[in-house]
Formats: sequence, C-alpha cells, structure tokens
Amino acid sequence: MRRELLLAGAGGQGIILAGVILAEAAVRQGLFAAQSQAYGPQSRGGATKAEVVISDREVLYPRVERPDLILLLSREAYGHYGQDVPATARLVVDSSFVSDPAPGVLSVPITETVREKLKRIIVANMAALGLVGALAGVVERSYLEEAVRGRVPRGTAEINLEALGLGYQMAQRFMGVPGC
Amino acid sequence: MELADISDLLDESHFPHILCAGCGHGIALRAILQAIRKLNLPAERVVMVGGIGCSSRVVGYVRMDSIHTTHGRAVAFATGIKLARPDLKVLVIAGDGDLAAIGGNHLIHAARRNIGLTVLCFNNEIYGMTSGQYSPTTPPGSMSATSPYGAIERTFDLCRLVEAAGATYVARSTVNEVFILTEYIGRAIAHEGFSFLDIVSPCPTYFGRQNRLGDPVKLYESVKDRTVRAKAATKMSAEELEGKLVVGEFVRKNPPEYTAEYRRLVAARGGK
Amino acid sequence: MKTILLQGNEACARGAIAAGCRFFAGYPITPSSEIVEAMARELPLVGGSFIQMEDEIGSIAACLGASLAGVKSLTATSGPGFSLKQENIGYAAMAEIPVVVVNVQRFGPSTGMPTAPAQGDFYQTRWGTHGDHPVVVLAPWSVEETYRLTIRAFNLSEVHRLPVILLMDEGVGHLRERVELPEEGELAVWERPKPKEPPDLFDPVAHAGEEVPPMPPLGAGYRLRVTGLVHGSDGFPSESPETVAKLLRRLCGKVEGKPELLQAEEEGTDDARVLVVAYGSTARGAAAAVREARERGLPVGLFRPVTVWPFPEARIGELAAQAGEILVPELSLGQLSREVERAAGRRVRSLTRVDGNHWSPGEILAAIEEAGGWS
Repeated sequence: MRRELLLAGAGGQGIILAGVILAEAAVRQGLFAAQSQAYGPQSRGGATKAEVVISDREVLYPRVERPDLILLLSREAYGHYGQDVPATARLVVDSSFVSDPAPGVLSVPITETVREKLKRIIVANMAALGLVGALAGVVERSYLEEAVRGRVPRGTAEINLEALGLGYQMAQRFMGVPGC
Repeated sequence: MELADISDLLDESHFPHILCAGCGHGIALRAILQAIRKLNLPAERVVMVGGIGCSSRVVGYVRMDSIHTTHGRAVAFATGIKLARPDLKVLVIAGDGDLAAIGGNHLIHAARRNIGLTVLCFNNEIYGMTSGQYSPTTPPGSMSATSPYGAIERTFDLCRLVEAAGATYVARSTVNEVFILTEYIGRAIAHEGFSFLDIVSPCPTYFGRQNRLGDPVKLYESVKDRTVRAKAATKMSAEELEGKLVVGEFVRKNPPEYTAEYRRLVAARGGK
Repeated sequence: MKTILLQGNEACARGAIAAGCRFFAGYPITPSSEIVEAMARELPLVGGSFIQMEDEIGSIAACLGASLAGVKSLTATSGPGFSLKQENIGYAAMAEIPVVVVNVQRFGPSTGMPTAPAQGDFYQTRWGTHGDHPVVVLAPWSVEETYRLTIRAFNLSEVHRLPVILLMDEGVGHLRERVELPEEGELAVWERPKPKEPPDLFDPVAHAGEEVPPMPPLGAGYRLRVTGLVHGSDGFPSESPETVAKLLRRLCGKVEGKPELLQAEEEGTDDARVLVVAYGSTARGAAAAVREARERGLPVGLFRPVTVWPFPEARIGELAAQAGEILVPELSLGQLSREVERAAGRRVRSLTRVDGNHWSPGEILAAIEEAGGWS
C-alpha cells in the first residue's frame, strides 16, 4: 500500500501544517510516512504545496509521483495543480475559492463551512485535514486527533479538533459516491 | 611609575621579530604585558587573538595562548572563545585595516553585545603588511600606495564608532605616552564588558616615508603635535580639531556583560 | 529506539547534541534555518552555548574559537553562506581545528532559488577554499541518516582534527519522515586527541612525527600557538621548504588513501549491467527506480556514496569494470558525473537537471531502460 496525497493552496492557509499532521498521524499509527513541501522564499502569499506519502513499507521516494488524492484550497493552486490530473487521482477543491471547477471534481465549501460554524477561518486547514483523512481512509481519526493535539499552538486544540470534525462531516456526503 | 619584569611573558625564541625599526607596535606590546603583570593576571588566564597585519603578528611573541586568525575575523574568533570560556581574559590585537575595514562588522556587533573582550587597535593609519595602502583611518590628503595623489576618503573615528555601537569602555592613547597607555590598557582588561582602546602607533616605513615625515623621531613628534587631551578638545572648535588625535577615556560604564547574561539564561533553563 | 516523524534539519541538530556538540554559531539562511533555530532552543538546556552572529564568516570564526577552547562546535548554512565560510574552512584545515559545517544545498549560483533543491555544491565542498587541503564530506539521503552522519561528522572531525562538511540538500533538510532514533549512548562518540603531559612538560615538537598531534585546549596553561600561516611543529611560522612540504603532505594525508573514511551503500551491484551512481536526495528516486527494475528482472545496481569526499574512486573503478553502462542522475550540470568518469576511466550517461525539481523514479527508470537497451 502506498498513498500519495497533494495539498496545495495559498501561503498562510496552513497547508504545510496539515500535511505534517497527516504524516505524523500515520507514523503514530505505525505506518511509514514522508512529508515535503514547496513554497516561495516568503512563507506567506504565493502558492504553497504539501506532499504526503503514506505506506505500509519504507518510503523510498518521498515525493508525490502519481497522486491518489489532490486537495486544492485556492484558485491559484487549482490553476497550477488542478489541470492534467491523472485519471486515478481524486481531485477535491474548496468551492469557497474555486467557483467553477471542471466536471467530475469534488467541490466542497470547506472555508465557508468553517466560517459559518466556527467563525474562525484560521482553522480551515484542520477541516481540510479532516476531509482528506476521511477520503484517503488510511489514517484512523483517533491518530489524527492525537497528532492535532501535539502540533497546534497551546490552548487551541479544541477549536482545531472541532474543525477536524467538520471536515469528517463534510466528507460524509461523498462517501459511497461513484469515483470517491 | 615603575616598569615590572615581563621577561617571562615574552617569547624571544623567534627574534628578531618582524617589526620595522621605529615601529610603535613593540612599545604597545610592552605596555600590554606591563598591564597584565600589574593586574597580577596569571598567563594561563589570558588569550591573545590577532587578525592579519603587522600588529596582529605580535601575538606570536608572547608566552600565553595565542591565536593568529584570518584577516578581519579576530573579534569573531574571540567571541567564540569568550562564550565558551567566560572565565578567560580574551584580548584582541589587530590593526586599523583589520578591525575597521574588513572586520568592521564584527567590531561593531561585539560592541553592541557588550561581550567581555578587550580590543586593542594598533592604529598606524596605513596597511603596513601589504606595503602601505590607505586604510579607514588614513588622514585625508595622505599619500599611500593606493592614494598616490592624496587620500580623499573621510576617516573613521574608531572611538566614536564603537561608542555609538555600544562599547562600555572606550579610550584612545598613543605610544608617545607609555604610562597613560599602560594605565588605559589595564583598565580595558579589567573591564567586564566590551572594551576598546585605540592605540596610535606610527608606521615610519610606509606612512612616514610616503608622507615625507622624516625619521621615526620626527614622525613621533608629528603624532605628539596632533595629540589633544579630551578635556582640552571640549574647548576647541571643529576646525581646530581637524586632523587632531583626541586622547583620553570617553566611555566607562557597566551594563550586564553578554556571556554573564547568557549563563544566567542557561541557569534559568536548567542547563549546567 | 524512538519512532517519530522528524525533519532532516531537526535531525541534524539532534545528532549534533548527541555527538556532544555544545557550541553553535550561525546566521539564518534558507533552507537551513531550522538547524539554527533548533540549536538556539536545545543548547541552553544542556548547558551549551548558542550565538546568532552578525554574518556567516563570523559564525564559523566563532565556532573555531570555541573549538580551540575545547568545545565541539557546529555551524550550519546554505549555498551563499557556504561560499562566505570558505576562507575559515581552510583555516580549520591549516590550524587543525575540529569543526562541523553543514551545507544544506540550494539552487545556485548566487541567491538562486532558496527553497529549491540542488546538488551544485559538490565540488565546492571539496575545493571551495584556496590551496591544497584535507576535508571530509558526508552526504545523507534520509532524515535518519542525517542524524547518524551528523554524529559521524563530529567523530571524524575530532579524531582527525579537520573540518568535516555535512552536505545535505533541500530535499533532505526540509523532508519530514518516519525515523527510528537510537537511544542515547547507542552510537559511539569520539573525542579529539589531547596531550597526556601536563602543561609544563608539554612540547609540541615532541609530537612532530604524529599524523594527528594532540590538541590541548586553550586556557589550560599549554601556551597554544595557533596560526593560519604555514608553521613548524612548534607553531611558529616557517617558510623553510622542508617544513612547508612536510606540513602540507601530513595535513592532506589525513584523508588521502584512507579507506576507513569511505562509506557507501550498494544494491544489486554484483550483477549490474547498468550501474546507477547517485547521492543525497537524488539517490531516493534512483533507489526506487533500481528496485523496480530489479523486480522486473533487469540487472541494474545502485552505488550510493555516503562519504562523497574523499571520493570512492577505487570502488567505482571496480564496478565500472564489470558494468556495461553507468548512469549518473544529479541535480547539477554534471559535477558528480565528471568525478564518476574520472574514477571509471570512461564516459558515463549523465542525467543532469537544473530546473529546481527532483528526478522521479519513473524518469530514472526510463533512462535505465534506454541505457540497457530494454526499452
């Protein structure tokens, strides 16, 4: 089993932290994982990409070569990573920023839902993480929750876990959908 | 003032030394060793760190730990030594080119940190080792190998430079006034924080000759003529002070020293 | 054994602490800043010293000062900063001062692309400073190996009294992956040779015949005499032809012809008709490609130098004699290829890349198939 996940968005959206937590949860679960990223010299603005590879064997090549799941959180990221997606990859976009995705793309109002339910869009990355965790299906939720507690700033675990839960809820309606 | 016996501090095994006849650096070195002896500092507690240049070579003639480093970096080497061994007295001996040109950044930042180094600048207003090119302290109008039509650059007043950067003991003296010089060196070494002493030490071979200042005695006399005590300088106009060497102590204060602050931080975090 | 997710740069800092490093001087630069930050956080907790210097040159100079005081010292940087440190790397070689310098390679020349991976500093690590000089360069390909090699870098630097460079690249430094860290004390930690004689009986000239003379710490009464000028065994500058040649040959002899310094990994090299040579993060894609090729029954092997300098030329020469084709993927315009060609005594297939991306297993596999005539 080898799963390749690609998360991309704008700098400051917390994409890399989401990727790190996903990889750490996999390790806590006893799996092998590698996480890498690409970003400009400034850590804000510009496009940011986090790659996560999870496997039940040692990860030799730690980067995404054939993604299984792509989650894009900004228009720019969609323009960059949302084209020429291999047929085997599932592509998910945050419809709060990407209004007109191509047919077949899963469109989820991640940031809007977080704004509405939690009033704090800063935790939208955790909702995205929950969504990815649920759709990828390789890392159990309890390990993701453990990793969230260990990685987010002190005193913010609860709201981050709520956001993670929102992501799992959003994933529910796609479970069982063909191609998902 | 009596001269102490410093022969055990001087290593004469590789004499004759590299300094030219009439060079002021030997006078300055003797004043340093006199000051160390007067402070009763054991030789093993003193480290002498030189850069590159005529003055920096004098660290090779002492019977103490001596580190002859790379050009401009003596202060940075010394910073590492002092942070690793705060109990040692770390002396930096380097010239005006080394400290104020290529090593200027280390000088001002060491002053800013108030790390307990004693920086003794042997200021001969020229690059001597490389045969007499102009330095950041060469007076405007002076002839040198790289200012054959007269220097047009303005100079650094090194004392004011390090004072502005945060040095906590700052003084200037010349090799013409050995007893005062020795006194200042002693105070600079005893000082806990960053101390800086600008020691005017003429170069007869390159500065003197190129500027037709005559034999070493005449050159030393010209330095004497340019010397003004700090108190007298306060009553002089900017025009009158043009080209003068203002000597005296300019800064003496005792804010917390850097390595002591660092050890406090370590202790507070449970480190040893 | 602790199993955790760890970043390459963090692993370097942890390895340094485990190796007994208690002094760090550095300057922030992408993509190595996490090492500076980790050392700032960890060193006070173990009683060590950290200082953020005013520039890259001051950083290595401060490390050399601390090392002379007897404290194991580390500095870490990347491309532009590594260029600035060169003069004092030469000083460390000449004055025989142990120091570990980490260079997390980034895309160059000049400011280049700070967060893009590259392997363009391969030759600079060997020949960056002027003059003939000894240097050992170790290049990890994974986070766990970064930890282990940082300790080895300190060990070699201490016992041979020379600068050791840990040549990372952005692809390893910024990678986070699962690692199994050894327990404290599991990996051997070596110390520099110190004089057995007390200060008053110590005479450096008496150690003139030794390849690595003992190194007393300053501040202990030994009257250290250190200089970057060519010097005799007494520490005094000398320009006598005999003294000069003797010193240079002894210094360079610390690494030349020393098989114990060489560390490498091989996979499938016994029967390889196509031999792939790669180091650092590029070797990850190469290893994946080689494994896939072998699963398909193709006779392909991987040689991965871990010690990149001194270069493992004898072993590459042996392997080249039996392999048909040699394939060298790298993130530069043929620096590693050129050195492999020198060792192999013939041309290789050079897979050069300077677009800021990694070689993927698929791309290397395609090149393997082409080289072997299997496509």
